[in-house]
Amino acid sequence: MANHDARAAHGIPQASSRPSSDAGARPAVVAPSAVSAADTPVLMGWGRLPAPGREVLGEDLVKLTKGAALTRGLGRSYGDSSLPARADDKVAATRMANRILRFDPATGVMRAEAGLSLVEINRIFIPRGWFSPVTPGTKFVTLGGMVASDIHGKNHHRDGCFGEHVRSLKMRLADDSVVECGPTALPDLFYATVGGMGLLGHILEVEFVLRPISSPWVWLESERVGNIAEYVAGLNRAAPVWPMTMGWIDCLSSGASLGRGILMAGRWATPDEAKIPPPRERLQVSLPVELPNWALNPVTARLFNTLFYWKHMDHHAAGLVAPDAFFYPLDAILEWNRGYGPRGFTQYQCVIPRRAGVEAVIEFMKLLTKFGGASPLCVIKDCGPEGKGLLSFPLEGTSIAVDMAVSPTIQHIVDRLNEFVIATGGRIYLTKDRFTRADHFRAMEPRLDAFLAAREKWDPQRRLRSAQSVRVFGDRA
Amino acid sequence: MKAVIVGGTSGMGRAIARRLAERGDSTFLLGIGDDDLARSAADLQSRHPQRADTGSAICDLERPEQFAGALDAADNALHGFDAFIVTAAMFATQEALEADIELTRRLVTVNYANTVVLCELARKRLVARGGGRLVVFSSVAGDRGRKPVAIYGSSKAGIATYLEAMDHKFHAAGLSVLCVKPGFVKTAMTAGLTPPPFAGEPDDVAKTVVRAMDRGKPVLYVPGMWALVMLVIRWLPRFVMRRINF
Repeated sequence: MANHDARAAHGIPQASSRPSSDAGARPAVVAPSAVSAADTPVLMGWGRLPAPGREVLGEDLVKLTKGAALTRGLGRSYGDSSLPARADDKVAATRMANRILRFDPATGVMRAEAGLSLVEINRIFIPRGWFSPVTPGTKFVTLGGMVASDIHGKNHHRDGCFGEHVRSLKMRLADDSVVECGPTALPDLFYATVGGMGLLGHILEVEFVLRPISSPWVWLESERVGNIAEYVAGLNRAAPVWPMTMGWIDCLSSGASLGRGILMAGRWATPDEAKIPPPRERLQVSLPVELPNWALNPVTARLFNTLFYWKHMDHHAAGLVAPDAFFYPLDAILEWNRGYGPRGFTQYQCVIPRRAGVEAVIEFMKLLTKFGGASPLCVIKDCGPEGKGLLSFPLEGTSIAVDMAVSPTIQHIVDRLNEFVIATGGRIYLTKDRFTRADHFRAMEPRLDAFLAAREKWDPQRRLRSAQSVRVFGDRA
Repeated sequence: MKAVIVGGTSGMGRAIARRLAERGDSTFLLGIGDDDLARSAADLQSRHPQRADTGSAICDLERPEQFAGALDAADNALHGFDAFIVTAAMFATQEALEADIELTRRLVTVNYANTVVLCELARKRLVARGGGRLVVFSSVAGDRGRKPVAIYGSSKAGIATYLEAMDHKFHAAGLSVLCVKPGFVKTAMTAGLTPPPFAGEPDDVAKTVVRAMDRGKPVLYVPGMWALVMLVIRWLPRFVMRRINF
């Protein structure tokens, strides 16, 4: 009953305009009920593996990040990137700090607080003819998270990562100072922050350039492809012609149809092609319950993949699709991550360099099929040249991402996959990772020393840290 | 609509101001903190389809001497506002209020006396120009004298009664009054508490509030489930209320 009372007592409006005069009352507002409300508070990444911790929410990031060990946006990184190293580390949650501070329709330059989400940017600016220069496969991400992960999208081969379109960042550093950095101002700090998993400082504001789009629709051409070699060849053919490419692969199929899948290439439709009203907002459905662990098993996964493959009846198809369906097919079902059940899941995403050849990709697919288990569709995309972010993930080659349920053998699987990737000269994406060993990461990351040197310079005491930085960079827990 | 929002820099007020701006209404912010007001005004301008300038002025609910000047500033910027929305208020727990009589004085003064004074000044301007909308956030805490929200709830009950009377008295004169009674909404203020079932999101609250304003609805519970909860609470006999801790 006690908790319920506390909530009822707080069922009241925001003390909106009075942050300072309210300060005296505030400690009493939060402390006692918050502690009793949840005995062991946990935070989770998208893969739903919990870690003890609690996030502090607020609208004023400058205030909120003071003394914080980590900032966290919408928690869409799969593994432990947004989880605290220790339960009592202060985790500042940015999602309520979401104001647009400037937008210039002449140049597309936008400056906003780091908690502004891509959902909001798309909702407001797609109808006005603007779109983020780079978008990941979900719109439930914040600007701060997009910088920290230096996210890439379907247009990586042409436009690079998000960081290449960032002009300036306002940051709170480990020594509590607040600075502005960018490609010319404090460039060493800037390029360590882009893709730096939030470990160089707390990102408070992001200034970047939106792209004009020719219509609110995407022109999509898709092709059913019989095997992996055909697939990689198709991607390479499409890359010079199409600004956006990617595809889904059935990595449970083997033999001659190993890596069969659907290859997609898209571009923003021209006004002539899109002479129909703008897309309507999709009705959002949510996976209402956590499915049991057995729901996703080799049989159901194989069935799903087969259906998905043959759903694409025609060998080749072309037409208009809404940006949501093109960029964010999985966002159609909110909380789809519950589908993996209480065991949780991880995503393995790596990039295999072009110079290793298509044979390496085929070998990797064979390895995946061998370990396959219940992995439904996996996503393949080709990447352009490496960006300037010190830990930016993509490099010229083929990126492969596959979801895997957590099982007793997951560490073994990730280790084997990592060993293969290291041998090809490739690397993994920290934003998806929960299981990579420190020595494996070092072996795949020649830029690691430069990144660690930047941390040594800007945060010698390692005040900023995450569960992932303890695991991968050896920070103290 | 040409709306003035008191408390529009944060929480539910922020969400309402955004919703109005995004559909092309003019907005003007009243609140405290120059920087905060400027940042929110920039946010609203960026969201407005024609990028209409959003003004702002300082208006501290603890300083009634600022009220007339703030309303003048709003009137000048909007060329006469036709909607006046108050989401700002003070909150403190019952324990904190019982421990600090000065805090009690401040809270009831801000939430009742000064809010009524500000609303009266705005109401007179609205009625003088043929009507408009007056929207104030009361609370489900004001529906019944309850142990956990005794003093805070009484200040919100006072506001609700004032708004009901304004509706009765000036409806014929063109004044459309809306009393909003929120239950638990996930804002910065309730951060740290585990949300109960049916906890609201500020954006959903804003959507409902703006729709109610458009339709001229007099009383609104948000999230809607609270209308049912409070219906039950309002009918509980006194001997029950004395025993339970709700």
